[in-house]
Amino acid sequence: MQQLVFLGPGLVFFLVIVLVPFLLGFYYSFTDWNGLDLDKAKWTGWSNWKRIFYEDDNFWSSFWFTVKFTAVTVAASNILAFLLALALTRPLKSRNLLRTVFFVPNVIGGILLGFIWQFIFTKGFATIGELTGWPLFQLPWLGTPETGFWGLVIVFVWQTAGYMMVIYIAAFAGVPQDLIEAAHMDGANYWKRVRHIIVPLVMPAVTVCLFLTTSNAFKMFDLNLALTKGGPGTSTQSLAYNIYAEALNNNRYGLGTAKAMLFFFFVSVITMVQVWLTKRREVEA
Amino acid sequence: MEKRYNARLAALEIGVLALGLLFLSPFYFVIVNSFKTLREILLDAARLPEVYRFENYRDVWEIIHFPQVFLNSLMITTLSVACIVAAGAMAGYRLARRPTAFNRFVFVLLVSAMIIPFQSIMLQLVRVTSLLELRGNLFGIVASYLGFGLPMAMFLFHGFVRSTVPLELEEAAIVDGCSPFGVFWKIVFPMLRPVMVTVVILNTLWIWNDYLLPVLIIGGNKELTTIPLAVTRFFGQYTKQWDLALAGLAIAVAPVILFFLLLQKRIVEGVAAGSLKG
Repeated sequence: MQQLVFLGPGLVFFLVIVLVPFLLGFYYSFTDWNGLDLDKAKWTGWSNWKRIFYEDDNFWSSFWFTVKFTAVTVAASNILAFLLALALTRPLKSRNLLRTVFFVPNVIGGILLGFIWQFIFTKGFATIGELTGWPLFQLPWLGTPETGFWGLVIVFVWQTAGYMMVIYIAAFAGVPQDLIEAAHMDGANYWKRVRHIIVPLVMPAVTVCLFLTTSNAFKMFDLNLALTKGGPGTSTQSLAYNIYAEALNNNRYGLGTAKAMLFFFFVSVITMVQVWLTKRREVEA
Repeated sequence: MEKRYNARLAALEIGVLALGLLFLSPFYFVIVNSFKTLREILLDAARLPEVYRFENYRDVWEIIHFPQVFLNSLMITTLSVACIVAAGAMAGYRLARRPTAFNRFVFVLLVSAMIIPFQSIMLQLVRVTSLLELRGNLFGIVASYLGFGLPMAMFLFHGFVRSTVPLELEEAAIVDGCSPFGVFWKIVFPMLRPVMVTVVILNTLWIWNDYLLPVLIIGGNKELTTIPLAVTRFFGQYTKQWDLALAGLAIAVAPVILFFLLLQKRIVEGVAAGSLKG
């Protein structure tokens, strides 16, 4: 009875909303479901999977785009966040104000950010280009695959860095002051203290941040939709966007589901690597 | 550690301040241009407007039905977060206090489900919610958020109950004749406040800004349109009309920025706590 009251409500919705659809996915990925009439969806065996692996170049270019995007943004946003956290734990006068400033982009969702930056890239950059004459701003931003890619990277890093900075700052606060003082006495300069004391002690936070950025970057969708719509052409289409487009634009839900299941597989691999890395470090420590 | 404010720190301060300004510059562009005519914007997007035109705001306010979409966002977010907190706290508490084989299985199931990306279930979810008539109504969208939000909330509450809530207190209350539900709601629930703040903040930011789930679940029901949906629809209709579009973006972004500035300290703490524990 108590069991039912305490667990029941949450569990029912979890089963209906998450678990059942997830399990259904395995079945749908073997059908030619068109999104409308499920009764007419025929079992098509491995045909969706064969199509993905042998014919769907678009999916694989999305895959490589997403991998490249993830690698670049994870490195860039974590380096920036770490440096910001270091700077903003020094006794600066505007420290609290700046922490707020760098965090703000984070509370705005990807959709609105994407639209804001569409304006910045197309009109704002053009104006800056005219005023300064710097060729970087005179590029056709978002108009080519390269500028589209870097445009997405810039906005993603701009959005993510503040969040990771907050996590790093919280981790720095846990580093014992006397340890740093002692190193200082022993003549270790600032960067030596960072490298040999702070970095090893905040490794758990580094792992968390690397994982969060990797998984967010790999699953990027909103920003993609609002900023480039995957274009020009499909050159900046993320994996998540490719799945969405396959189903909702092409009405190939069966194929879309197969891709979605593959997407789940990729994300699980990333997660398992993360868990494995964390466990391994705990053993060493 | 150098404690004194010296020249090197001053230089660092100037450098970081400059970077801060660069971070804020997109907002400058949005606000400044939202008061201009389209011609003025295209001529020079960096300059301050010659005349501040509030007409852009008035027009867009009506076009996207701002009061209504704002209330929709507010209602959906509040109800969903309330349900997630209540169900998450109850489940987390129960799973922490009664670790039977079944409950341990449920715990592992919920935690593992956190890996599943939304895109992997969204198509089937559309199907399931249509079948159960959960699509296009308020109950359906709240139910969906509850389903997706439950695992993480449960996980955070579970950890907090195990590490912080003293079992003796509950036992004493039972001896005094308090019912198990009384123990939970009157004694345990109020003690969960710190972790509740984290759960509320993380879920509020997620649901308020979410786009894909409402698109799929609310879809055609215009009466439930949320802010991200309204803005996206608006951009589809008024492409390149930047004067209206930017005013619309400014209105759309304002509530969440305000929310952040008011609860800043809590939000930043909540984010740090949620990530380091999760």
